[in-house]
This record gives sequence, structure tokens and C-alpha cells, in this order.
Amino acid sequence: MMNWVSIGSISDIPRRGARCVATPQGKIAVFRTAEDQVFAIEDHCPHKGGPLSQGIVHGAAVTCPLHNWVISLETGKALGADEGAVRTIPVRIEGERLFIALEALASRAA
Amino acid sequence: MTEKLVIIGNGMAPGRMLEHLLKKAPGRYQVTIFNAEPRVNYDRIMLSPVLSGEKAYEEIIIHGDGWYIKHGITLYKGHKIVAIDRQAKTVTSDHGVTEPYDKLVIATGSVPFIIPVPGHNLPGVLTYRDLDDVRAMMLAAQSRAKAVVIGGGLLGLEAAAGLNAQGMDVTVLHVMPTLMERQLDPAAGYLLQRAVEERGIKVITKANTQAITGNGKVEQVELADGTIIPATLVVMAVGIRPNAAVAKEAGIAVNRGIVVDAGMRSNDPDIYALGECAEVSGQVYGLVAPLYEMARVTASQLAGDEAAAFVHSDTPTKLKVTGIELFSLGDFAEGDDRQEIVLRDASAGVYKRLVLKDDRIIGTVLYGETADGAWFNDLKKKQTDISEMRDTLIFGQSYQGGASLDPMAAVAALPDDAEICGCNGVCKGKITGAITAKGLTSLDDVRAQTKASASCGSCTGLVEKLMVLTIGDKYNPAAVQPMCGCTTLGHDEVRRLIKAKGLKTIPAVMQELEWTTSCGCAKCRPALNYYLVCDWPDEYADDYQSRFINERVHANIQKDGTYSVVPRMWGGVTNAAELRAIADVVDKFEIPMVKVTGGQRIDMLGIRKEDLPAVWADLGQAGFVSGHAYAKGLRTVKTCVGSDWCRFGTQDSTGFGVRIEKFMWGSWTPAKVKMAVSGCPRNCAEATCKDVGVICVDSGYEIHFAGAAGLDIKGTEVLGLVKTEDEALEHIVALTQMYREQGRYLERIYKWAKRIGIAEIKRQIMDDGEKRRAYFDRFVFSQKFAQVDPWSERVSGKDKHEFRPMASVGFAQAAE
Repeated sequence: MMNWVSIGSISDIPRRGARCVATPQGKIAVFRTAEDQVFAIEDHCPHKGGPLSQGIVHGAAVTCPLHNWVISLETGKALGADEGAVRTIPVRIEGERLFIALEALASRAA
Repeated sequence: MTEKLVIIGNGMAPGRMLEHLLKKAPGRYQVTIFNAEPRVNYDRIMLSPVLSGEKAYEEIIIHGDGWYIKHGITLYKGHKIVAIDRQAKTVTSDHGVTEPYDKLVIATGSVPFIIPVPGHNLPGVLTYRDLDDVRAMMLAAQSRAKAVVIGGGLLGLEAAAGLNAQGMDVTVLHVMPTLMERQLDPAAGYLLQRAVEERGIKVITKANTQAITGNGKVEQVELADGTIIPATLVVMAVGIRPNAAVAKEAGIAVNRGIVVDAGMRSNDPDIYALGECAEVSGQVYGLVAPLYEMARVTASQLAGDEAAAFVHSDTPTKLKVTGIELFSLGDFAEGDDRQEIVLRDASAGVYKRLVLKDDRIIGTVLYGETADGAWFNDLKKKQTDISEMRDTLIFGQSYQGGASLDPMAAVAALPDDAEICGCNGVCKGKITGAITAKGLTSLDDVRAQTKASASCGSCTGLVEKLMVLTIGDKYNPAAVQPMCGCTTLGHDEVRRLIKAKGLKTIPAVMQELEWTTSCGCAKCRPALNYYLVCDWPDEYADDYQSRFINERVHANIQKDGTYSVVPRMWGGVTNAAELRAIADVVDKFEIPMVKVTGGQRIDMLGIRKEDLPAVWADLGQAGFVSGHAYAKGLRTVKTCVGSDWCRFGTQDSTGFGVRIEKFMWGSWTPAKVKMAVSGCPRNCAEATCKDVGVICVDSGYEIHFAGAAGLDIKGTEVLGLVKTEDEALEHIVALTQMYREQGRYLERIYKWAKRIGIAEIKRQIMDDGEKRRAYFDRFVFSQKFAQVDPWSERVSGKDKHEFRPMASVGFAQAAE
């Protein structure tokens, strides 16, 4: 069963920006692109753990603020020549409201 | 018909010889080996790591039992040959085995030299030669008692280090004034002694051993000067001599060693000798490289190649003691016809000496840093004329990029394992390999694939040379480098078009200039944002989402995701109230680290992002504003105390520094700008390595610019001398505005100045008053929009979403 949890409104996130959601399993970065697509991934770069939510968002990707790895928001995978991936978290938009699937996190903690 | 080949000895030289022979003439010989040691062939060089416990015997075996079986070789272990009958062509072992031969190879090695002092045969006196010696030493070391090593040469020091590592209290006795005097000059010998002593090993030089005494076993060592050193173990490591006894008894010509010709053949045409027991052209050898060369020659001769000949070459010496870097090569005695180049870096413990004769290297001693040893060895071997690079020779290969030497050749000459990118640890072979395998043609591709030059970029020149070497004309470094992968235009072109076409937003630039991506990337967006801020200060709305995180939250992100905060201290001046406010903030927010910066202010590190607005609020109460320590903008203006306090001060440097900082703070620039004002030419504020610096003199203000003290080190250029503080301010501001309008994003002033030309900058700022005032006015205009304290803005609620999590979810479930 999918356990969708409300995290707020799409207007809480600036376009080409991100906000964090605190969870017991760590921070989730929720991104909003220039085209109002929304993605959620772990806020933890596969390279050296940089906070991806603080990076520059371009297209459907973010550049990590620590060492400039570029991470795909759709797949969580590092783009270009780098190799690595972060976990992606399902997001649903209902009107203005945003929901993330929490058990995806819980299953990781279990 | 197979011939019978008998080998006396089973050390590294005959082992290598057999490998060659099996390849060159497989099946030609039926091989029998007699080994006085009861074991297979092992790597004798690695005995020291075995002694120190870093390796086990099993790890240093070269040929295991299986190898001999596979190649049909008969190995008699523990059989010492006691007689060679050259008439009957047989050898006989101490166990009575007699074996006929067609060809005989003598490889009996060497025996350790024993000083014939009284007591040298007491139990507890050992030599350092083979595995049995090492095992005996390790057994003795279990007592953790005292050991004396006689001999401060290569072997002695390795033995001492090994015994020390095994927990023994070790004293090294060396008869000469400095250690390893045959390989090292006195200076390097001294450094070596210090390093050895730092490990807790005692060293006594000029030590003349008189006797070893004890009741039935070793108890002490007595020196000629009366010193008595207690010891339960004595290791003699004073040298070796060729072991040629069995050859001599058989009537083979023996001098110091068994005399052989360049083909390794003795005066009996069916008998060869190689290894430490052989003497070629009057020389005997103990290091592995020439012994392996002998092995190659002997194998070729046995395979029928009579032209194969041994050629002497100097072999570098390296000490195998973990943590001591030492390299020595060739002849380094002083002489009238010789010159030397010496480099000493006492703090780094580095000593380098090159001995030259007729512009060629004949000797090298490197201590502490030996990476260039291979290169010096190469220069020496090839007898390269070094007169062209004499001035920089001692700094090693990586420094040989000057105009007098072809830098391309130097890069081409680097070995594949030479490190090119120090930040990311990328070697030459990896870069050229990736260029070839992946068909890379641009610097950006190479950076993405290999990470070389992707961090600090100081190796970019080297990487570009490697690209030219690898793919030739396909790499064209003169072509305009595009800003990034989103466009083919370079920075200068984009800046020109922004003005010419009146482009005033990032989407407008991308649309009009045909960007290939929808909303750019992390490289072009911050650059475009800066260009637009600079060119349209009143019209352009700063795009925070195109700013790097530091400029978006006005603090410096740290590796753990926390931030550091640096408030402005105008000209580096502060007072009790400010310091008290900082102390209170540090206490209140439990800030883990407080540090004084190089720019004369205070850095508070480890602040949680959520706490930033509250920290700024408290600092703001005390009158602090942001120090922009995170900005591509004006950072600090460092000052000295000047004429107010200093007896040498010529002008009020502190006051002027504060005035500049108050005038210019908040301005964005292509890259960071650091300034300084010194009150006299003693230059205590270090103004001559800054982006812009002022040296006050009695007659006025000397304005400097284009210095660097980071990735590059560069003294400033002098812009000119002006009489009054007002004039100085106008010139400095105009210069900065010129840089703001022309610089490429992330290009520091010194790089911009190099590109534009110092003379051109002087002409516009010093000579053209009209231009200067126009620059000045444009700067002043843009400051109207820039001088807003970002901290107080955010304390008042601007961008509050930046500092708060959007939501907290899942905690209640987890708690229950």
C-alpha cells in the first residue's frame, strides 16, 4: 500500500530550486524545474554526500554544490562521465498539493 | 640432442637467467641447479620488509616448487658444491651427488664480510645475507633486548630499521663520519642520520669496534675509545665480497671475483659466472639491475647469441626503509672540473644535489623527495646537455616548461605514470589512454572523463599539451573556448552581444543567442547572471536560482553541509563591543570553530543553515553586515596601522582602507577581489600580492594591481603614483569597473590584465581622464543598487524559504 504524505504546496518551492523535507531517514530534496515538474531525491550526492538541494537546477538535473557532479532528477543517476546514483522518491501532484510516498523511505530503514 | 646445463647457486641472477633462457632456447638444455640454501628462489631485496614484519617469506618467493617441476628443472636444495672437475666436466656436492655438465654457470653470490675482532664468533653475532639470518634476527628480537648493528651502509640501516620495527633497542655503529658515505654526500648523510634517530635508533659514527665480549654469548660491544654498548645481538653488515672459492680451487681465473669477459664467460669456455661472484672489466656488482643485465647476457650466450655483451651502467641506490626517501646515483665527489647544483629545503627535509661535468649530469643525490630520480637518471644515461635548463634543472622535470626548452618535448618525455593532476591523482597514461580510447577532442571532455584539470586547473596547460601530443591538429587550443556545453559562443562574444542586442534577462540571452539547452547549466547560468547584473544594474532582477549556493544564502557552504559566517570588519579594525557580540553568538549557537582569516576578520564555522538568519540578526544588532566572504565581489581591504600609530607610516593607510571598503562593498565582480593598503614600503599589509593594492609613500599613493597569491603567485604591476587619497580612490574604482565590464566570469584580475595588456589598462586608467571618470561614474551608479546588506534583508524575511525545511514527515511514526 502506498502511503502518500503531504509535504506542502508547489508554490513553496521556487522554480529552478529545491526545498528540503526532514524525515527520520534523512533529508529529502524536493525540486521544481522551470517547467513545474517536481522530483524528490535523497539530499545526498553519491560522490561526497553534498546537499543536492543547495545546487543549481537546470533542465531536469541538479549540479551538486560541493564538486559539481550533475545528477538527473528523473533517475537519480549521475550524468556525464561520473558514476553513481541517489535514491529517487515517488512524488504526486494533486492540484497545488505535493505528496511523497513515505514507505519508500521506511522500507529503506527496515 | 639436449645439452646438460648445471647451475651452482639459485639466487635472483640465475633465476632471471633461466627465465630468459627458457624463452630464447626452450628445450635446448637439461637444467640442474645446486642451491646451498635449502629453498627455492626468492627476492633477496625484500628481506628487509620481511625483517620489519611488513611482508612474509611466502610473499617474496619468485619461483615456487611448481615452477621447477613445470620446466623439468632438477633442484638440489641444501646442496653445496664442493668441487668442480673441469677435465671430467662434473660437479660434486657436499652430500656426494656428482653431476656431469656440458655448460656450467657459477652463481655463488657473495659472502658477508666479518670484521675479525675478538669475539666475532660468539653466539649472537649474525650477518645479514639470507633468510636464515633474517629468521635468526627475528627470533632474537622477541627478547625486545638491545641490538648493535655494525655498519651504517644500505644493508646495516635496513637491518637496524627492521630490528627497531620488531621492538629492539638498536644502536648503529659506523666507522665513517657520515652514514652511507659511498652513496651519499655528507649533507644527505646528516639528514639520513637525523631521520634514523627520529625513529629511536641510536647512531654512533666514527665508531671503531674493538671487541665483542660476553660469557659464552654476546653481552657487549667495546669501541676503541672505551665506549661500552650492552647488546644481546650483534649484526655485522659491513660489506660483502664475491664468493669465488670453489671456482678458484678449480683453477678458474679469480681476481676479486670470478673473472669473466663481456659475454660472462670465464677463462674456461664452458664455464660462465654471473651475479655478485662475477667480475667484469674489473668491477663487481651488488645491486640488482646490473645483475639482471648479466642474466640477460648469459642467457643469450647460452642460447647461441655470441654478440650479447654486458655494458656497465651506474645504478641508482634506494634505501628500503619505509618513510625515508633517498636516491643516489653515479659519481658525486667534488673536483675542479665539476660544478654542482644544490637545493635545500630545511623545513620540508629536502636536499638535492646534482654534480655536473661539461654540462652533463654525472652524479645525483636526492633526499626527502625522489620523484625526479628517474628523470635525472635518464639525463645522465643519455648524456643530455643540460646547459639550456641549468637554472631550473634542480627543480625537476615538471619545472622544465620555460621558453628555452621545448615544453612539448618535456611533456612527451614524461613517463606514463607521471602525475599530471595532483588534485585528482591522475597520471599521464590515464589521460592519453582516455583521449585515444574514447576519441576525446576537447578539454572539457578530458576533464569529464579523467577529472584531470577539473579541480584547481593549474595543470590545464599540461593536459592541453597531452591532447596535442595525442591527437595533434584535432585539438586546437587557439579556438575560442565556448562558455560551456550549452553554446558555441565564448565569454567575450556573449558579453558583447548582451550589450549590442540589449539582452536583459537570462531567457532572452538564451533565446537570442541560440542556447542548445532549455535553461542552461551550472556553468553558464551564474556567468550570465553576473554579466546582466553588471551591465544593467538598475533594470536586471538578480536571478537567485542562477547563483551558486554561497551567494544565494550569503554564507560559505562547508564539506558537511554546514555554513561559515564572516562579518565585515572594515579595514580589519574592530572593538570590544564587536568582539563581545561575536563571543555571544558563538556561545548562543554553539559554533564549533572560530578562526581569524587571512583577510583580517573573524570566521565562524559549522553553523546550521536553519540558524543563519538568527545568527545574522544577533550580529546585526552589534552593527555587523555581511563580509561577502562567499562572493565573487569585493572581499576585504587589508590594512596596516599607518601614520596614526606606526613610526614609519607615511599616510593614514587604515583610514584609507576603511574608506575604500565602505565605498566598494557589495559590488559584484567576475571573480573575488581582495585589496590591501600599506602605510609605507615595508608593506606590512602585503599589498603587492593583492588584486588591487596601495603602497603609501611620502609623496602620495602608489597603486598596484594584478597580483596573485593562490593557485599562482605573482607580484603586482604598478598602475601609477597619485598625490591624494581622493585621486587614489578614483583610480582604484575606475580600474575595478573596467575589470567588471571586461572580465570573464571567474577570471581574476591578474588573468584579465594579462589578456588585455598592462599597457592598455594604464592607458585607459592613468592617461585618459575622461575614460577614468566614466568608469568611476558607472561604478557609483551600480553601487546604488548593490549596497544593500544581504544579511539584514534576510533577517527581515527575504528568501525565508531558503532557511527552513519545507516539511517534517514520518517522525511521529518512528517515535511510536
